[in-house]
Amino acid sequence: MSGLSTPTTAASAGPPPRFDLRRVLRGQEIGIFLVLVVMITFFSLSTDRFFTPINLSNILLNFSWTAIAAFGMTFVIISGGIDLSVGSVMALSGLATATLISTDKTPFADPTSVGVIALAVLTGLAVGATCGLINGALITFARLPPFIATLGMLQIARGICYGWSQGWPVQRLPAEFMVIGRQNIPIGSFNLPLPTLIMLIIAVLAWLFLTRTKWGYHIFSVGGNEQAARLSGISVTRSKLLIYTISGLAAGAGGVLLTARLGVAAPTAAQGYELDVIAAVVVGGTSLSGGEGSILGTLIGAAIMGALRTGLNLIGVEAYWLPSAQGAIIILAITLDQWFRLRRGQTTLFTRFIKRDETPPSKAKRNETSPSEAEAD
Amino acid sequence: MATEPVLRMLGISKTFPGVRALDSVDFEVYPGEVVALLGENGAGKSTLMKILAGAYRKDSGRIILNGVETEFTDPHHAQSQGISIIYQEFNLNLKQTVAANIFIGREPLRGGPGQALRWVDRRLMEAEAARLLAVVGSRASPRDLVRNLSVAERQLVEIAKALSVDARVIIMDEPTSALGQDETENLFNIIRSLKEQGRAIIFITHRLNEVMEIADRIVVLRDGKLVGELPISEASVERIIGMMVGRTLDQMYQKEAARIGEVVLRVENLSRRGVVEGVSFELRRGEILGFAGLVGAGRTETARLIFGADRPDTGTIWVDGQQAHIRTPEDAIQAGISLVPEDRGNQGLVLVLSVLKNTVLPNLERMSRAGWLDQAQMAREAQDYVSRLNIRTPSLQQKAMFLSGGNQQKVVLAKWLMSNPKVLILDEPTRGIDVGAKSEIYALMSQLARAGMGIIMISSEMPEILAMSDRILVMCEGRMTGILNRDEATQERIMALATGHAVEGALP
Repeated sequence: MSGLSTPTTAASAGPPPRFDLRRVLRGQEIGIFLVLVVMITFFSLSTDRFFTPINLSNILLNFSWTAIAAFGMTFVIISGGIDLSVGSVMALSGLATATLISTDKTPFADPTSVGVIALAVLTGLAVGATCGLINGALITFARLPPFIATLGMLQIARGICYGWSQGWPVQRLPAEFMVIGRQNIPIGSFNLPLPTLIMLIIAVLAWLFLTRTKWGYHIFSVGGNEQAARLSGISVTRSKLLIYTISGLAAGAGGVLLTARLGVAAPTAAQGYELDVIAAVVVGGTSLSGGEGSILGTLIGAAIMGALRTGLNLIGVEAYWLPSAQGAIIILAITLDQWFRLRRGQTTLFTRFIKRDETPPSKAKRNETSPSEAEAD
Repeated sequence: MATEPVLRMLGISKTFPGVRALDSVDFEVYPGEVVALLGENGAGKSTLMKILAGAYRKDSGRIILNGVETEFTDPHHAQSQGISIIYQEFNLNLKQTVAANIFIGREPLRGGPGQALRWVDRRLMEAEAARLLAVVGSRASPRDLVRNLSVAERQLVEIAKALSVDARVIIMDEPTSALGQDETENLFNIIRSLKEQGRAIIFITHRLNEVMEIADRIVVLRDGKLVGELPISEASVERIIGMMVGRTLDQMYQKEAARIGEVVLRVENLSRRGVVEGVSFELRRGEILGFAGLVGAGRTETARLIFGADRPDTGTIWVDGQQAHIRTPEDAIQAGISLVPEDRGNQGLVLVLSVLKNTVLPNLERMSRAGWLDQAQMAREAQDYVSRLNIRTPSLQQKAMFLSGGNQQKVVLAKWLMSNPKVLILDEPTRGIDVGAKSEIYALMSQLARAGMGIIMISSEMPEILAMSDRILVMCEGRMTGILNRDEATQERIMALATGHAVEGALP
């Protein structure tokens, strides 16, 4: 009974995890956080129009919807999947909300009343969540790879946008609705855009969900090793349905906010946003092979992408060249991130892929055996 | 037989994190000789051969091939030096044809626009593959996809691949475990003809009767060390087993008497088509029930059925006298059944997650209220088990992938003990872990049994089964062939049941 009863020096107990800035800075987000700091410093030194309250407020506003959709995408990517449909789902959700309250189209007598606007917003969110749920069902019940299922949804949702609107943008939205996207909250001389505040609230909720609830743990385990998760009593099916529904819901929220900001729901809205969203998540340090990632990282990733766009604009880079710069920063950020992790002996995002066997393991049993299994007959 | 060895390995050592896999091992083989390399699970046979084949780098030691000292940097290099290995795990690309697999990386070329860009000569490749397949007695066509072949056929393709290289040393790592009687006999004929051509053959197997039939000499490893060697004329099955097991069993296996109580688990007529047929047994509190049998006898499959990992076609399960309706692992955990699976990396652990997250995974329901996790409770319980099981980890936040095999296995045990099960099923609980951790796990099993847990231990290690079990259930080809009490169990009786022979006095 030797080793069992003796106390050991093995692991130190340590208090339960609590928010601690030093821990965060030593954590996995440090690499990309430094990228953000360097970038902001560079732009601030390059032009005096960058580090101003108005410009910062603008940057925050401009990446808010991307970030919201990216939080949902973080769940998906941690679970080892991908959701390509978020751009289309954003557009469809915005269109659903706008159709209910546009003075051209509304079925309601008074589309400016708080009740109707709330209903329209909830409908937009529900449309997003439903698209996500369908994605989840295709992935779990029809056993489609997430890439395929959500690629299909990308096209279907976009098609519905065009067909439903007959290609025309839905305009003439009540001012009471557009407040959601345009209101600022003054903090001293700084104006915090309402969409940014909503984004930050969602970030906190997503962070709590992922790190403090059993469902969050389920998502990490499903992404890290689906078989082990299942054998630990976790329902992989339920988890995936939940994950893709959340991603759809987040895209819906982003779409409604975007519509409120622009004051118009175009069937072409948010085209290609899925790539911005995925880029924010990946730059934020979430592993495409699943099991690793964080909301804080995604927030920083989205901020990097947002600050980059505005910053390059301000220092005089032609808008035509922006995509190339964005591509370069994605590559640079992830290279730096890998370098940081390697230096600290961590696994990197792409050097490690969990091996998943084709054959059921119970049949793959081919072991070295003992003397015992021996001679026989 | 020639007097100069074709290959000499001197003082080979290799260390993996937490395990000294090989400790200064000497090994040699002569042209035209068949050497059987023997040893228990984890003795270091495969490691030694992988070093020889260039798949692992040795830490120290020398390899002398044909009198010239060589250093194998990678498998391709070893192959070009005339060393060919047939691995225990298949190394075939399932989606490619048989011919493409045999000649992978060495495809015959012809024509083409230039030296750098030439066509694969498919006709020549397939003709040559067909010839090799005929030599090994395979009925497969060179154009068949490997995916569509049976396990035995795939094994023959591996052998054909090894023959396609003009190898001076051919290593066969358990080549017969997937083969039937006729195919084995055919393989032995191939080995005899290779021998006549002056090639050296290193043969790893667990079937000692095959050793007696085909080998010229045996070499035994134990715990990474060379125990000894014998010409086959001086060897006997008993003597070989003695050399292989060797250690003082009573120190290793810490079996303590536990009070055997009420029936905690009753399984009736459990079946799944083609895998398990009509398994029925009872397990009592405080009892360790060993599951013995050959690989593929259906023991793991039975455990998975009980645990709800697979769905049975028929069968009823009672826990504590109550019928349990188990459809998923979730249900099994609720009913008080835990399963420590055989394959830690793929089934037991989420390697990218921390020790803490791994241990709490099956226990999230208990540790949360309305989905909200009690962080303090999680840390406390995880820490408690890390201490009790003596898990060597720098912190609870360490990722499971960075722990040694023995410590990983203890993390898997911790996660299931934390769920406080009535029935604990252990599938090959000590496979691939070092002797110290093994001994700790045996002690733990005894302790749990004394605390009233019912334990099922699936094991392919006969000494482990004999030392730890109160009763032994033996399976063969999906059926239960008998249950032996501790005092009536012997290696011979178990092996007879495991190979489908009736044994007097054994139930049923």
